[in-house]
Amino acid sequence: MNAILELFNYDFFQKAFLATVFASISCGIIGSYIVARRIVFISGGITHASFGGIGLAFLLGFNPLLGAVLFAVMSAMGIQFFTKVAEIREDSSIAIWWSLGMALGIIFVFLTPGYTPNLMSYLFGNILTVTSSELWWMFMLNLVIVLFFTLFLRQILYIAFDEEYARTAGLPVDLYNYLIMTLIALTVVLNIRVVGIILILSLLTIPQASANLFTKDFKKLIVLSSMFAFIGTMIGLFISYFLDIPSGAAIIFTLVLMFGLLRVVKIFV
Amino acid sequence: MKPLVKIENLTCAYDKIPVLENVNLEVNERDFLGVIGPNGGGKTTLLKAILGLLKPVKGKIAFGHDLQGRKKPIGYLPQVRHIDKKFPITVFDVVLSGSIMNGIYRPSAEERQKAEQLLVEMGILDIRHKAIGELSGGQMQRVFLCRALLSDPKLLILDEPDTFVDNRFEGELYEKLRALNKEIAIILVSHDVGTISTYVKTIACVNKSLHYHPSNIITQEQLEGYNCPIQVITHGEVPHTVLPYHHH
Repeated sequence: MNAILELFNYDFFQKAFLATVFASISCGIIGSYIVARRIVFISGGITHASFGGIGLAFLLGFNPLLGAVLFAVMSAMGIQFFTKVAEIREDSSIAIWWSLGMALGIIFVFLTPGYTPNLMSYLFGNILTVTSSELWWMFMLNLVIVLFFTLFLRQILYIAFDEEYARTAGLPVDLYNYLIMTLIALTVVLNIRVVGIILILSLLTIPQASANLFTKDFKKLIVLSSMFAFIGTMIGLFISYFLDIPSGAAIIFTLVLMFGLLRVVKIFV
Repeated sequence: MKPLVKIENLTCAYDKIPVLENVNLEVNERDFLGVIGPNGGGKTTLLKAILGLLKPVKGKIAFGHDLQGRKKPIGYLPQVRHIDKKFPITVFDVVLSGSIMNGIYRPSAEERQKAEQLLVEMGILDIRHKAIGELSGGQMQRVFLCRALLSDPKLLILDEPDTFVDNRFEGELYEKLRALNKEIAIILVSHDVGTISTYVKTIACVNKSLHYHPSNIITQEQLEGYNCPIQVITHGEVPHTVLPYHHH
């Protein structure tokens, strides 16, 4: 126990702790929405497409997260465009953007002169190396998401549940959808440092699956999955530190284990 | 008196293939219009055009004073098969989603009260905390009816409310609609011609074009004349059946 408490004296661990709090809240909220709306696959596409932006940033020498945001938003819009205007089936257009982003990323990284040391931390995440400026961005995003979902929860919920009915009631459905798509893209990108591109879907779906065992109420689902995300990430973080294994993988392993345990608990309660 | 809804020369199409052509229709206060027709004949398309979900290719839909500006929306009960049964939402929240929302919105005490009162009227107050996916077909239809009625609509539009519903509830539903019809106009789409003709006042046959029939008695011959290829079937012991008896 003392060993755990001592960890909080370290600057890197304090940052990791804050990153965990921010990631849990943003992924708890956005993940609940994604799961409820069944758009997990779209979110996966956006996440992986953002790798193209990271590659571009390496090549041209600017902030990789900025490149990731650029590609994430672009692919979110691109998927919509391919589906609605170009009339490509939705799952196919998701797959196209998913692989295109990854392919561009690999080309850009390959063309970048010299060694790119951080690449692995973007693919698989490393919560222990999160910087202060990244934390600030995560804080701002959390503020926006929490405010948006608190003030407009009803509209968001009703549109997600029955878009057509919401339209007949005169709600600006398209505006809400675009805003939330943008928030999804930003959430994905800013949490890349925590678990990485390959693994981010886990933070958006596993805590929600756990929470869904105990509630079918959207509001409670958000709160409960944020809590589960926090607990799982913290335990994963300790495991990662003490066993010296990659943090992203340790976090996901813990989240899945937690889900399994809770599923068993559910049988008895 | 100005009609609630006045449709003139309405043409609607999906991917340039016309589904409705040159439809004219008036819905007045306290009307109870049954819309019948074959599958794919354009019944749902007509409803969507009225609800503003579908932009017509041609023609126009005008609304009477009570529906103009539509801050009090038309009550709408969609086909339940479009509903995601696994969606994490409670019955009470579904009913509250029938309220009118502007900007930052919290359901008011009156709205909550109204929602509870509607649930009591439908006899489903006890399931208000359940998830929508835990309900039977009949319960779900009741919930959606509560939602449609929450904002005191002047016009109620129902799209096949008799699917996935047990016979007992079907009867209750139509009696409920008859009572509601004292105050509000109703448009009801159904595939069950026999049953609805007991309750509706007028009938519209929709099969690409629309034939208005100003009474609730309709015969097989008339249906054929309207180019409306559906069977009129009477259900054994339906009370007050107004359909003439006929052989198959």
